[in-house]
Amino acid sequence: MARVVVDVMPKPEILDPQGKAVQGALPRLGFTGIVDVRQGKRFEIEFDGDITDERLAEVNRMAETLLSNPVIEDFAVSVVA
Amino acid sequence: MKVGVVTFPGTLDDVDARRAVTAAGAEAVALWHGDHDLKGVDAVVLPGGFSYGDYLRCGAIARFAPVMTEVVAAANAGMPVLGICNGFQILCESHLLPGALIRNEHRKFACLDQRLRIENASTAWTNQYQSGQEVTIVLKNGEGSFVADEATLDMLEGEGRVVARYLGNPNGSQRDIAGITNERGNVVGLMPHPEHAIEDLCGPGADGLGFFTSVLSALVG
Repeated sequence: MARVVVDVMPKPEILDPQGKAVQGALPRLGFTGIVDVRQGKRFEIEFDGDITDERLAEVNRMAETLLSNPVIEDFAVSVVA
Repeated sequence: MKVGVVTFPGTLDDVDARRAVTAAGAEAVALWHGDHDLKGVDAVVLPGGFSYGDYLRCGAIARFAPVMTEVVAAANAGMPVLGICNGFQILCESHLLPGALIRNEHRKFACLDQRLRIENASTAWTNQYQSGQEVTIVLKNGEGSFVADEATLDMLEGEGRVVARYLGNPNGSQRDIAGITNERGNVVGLMPHPEHAIEDLCGPGADGLGFFTSVLSALVG
């Protein structure tokens, strides 16, 4: 089994209300020095067998078509051993 | 004239939308998300509420529902399609309309009688209004903030594709955009709910009925 991780983050220029809510809550708990918080999503996808180039290309297509919305989000694909 | 109203798992406003279609003088036809079938309708409404739990992003999974294959093909062939609230989100996820809807800027659910200005009175869904006309239509959303990049916003404004604008921005939508249309004017996405404003007895008045009488006029005309 092999695992591929897709991280999806709101684009820097897009307002992230969830991140702002977390940023507002942290100082109330006594955490200081926080300038910004952005909240994203992490997908862990398990495959049978090895991760081939074809399979990685497929994960990129998954990320483009369903896991992220390119209008508001960026994604990054990485292979976890 | 038959106007189909799609029900997704989690849709709330399909019954009101069908009622609005009937009030406008058309035959309302219930469509099911799992069917590859538009049942011979002349126009389609994607109503509000939720769809598939709105997991991932609002409308992201509904976009791939079997019925959406048919809706996208019909829309591209010129059939009038109106997406209200969650329906607007589905139209954006389907790439029938540009931009996206994200969580309200103030992070609170917005529920109010919203003043709007109709900016484009020539679409299939707004031809019974006057350009510049101000109307009051119910708004209820948690993720209604319209966003797009500057070039897309300029394009929408330049081509007259902003259909309605908020008078008093309730959710942080860029350039106060409440609704937009595609190049052809047959596909309209609108965050407020005209189907909840079709009679004086319930809701803020009948200002929303024009969306449904407009499509009849577009189909007959």
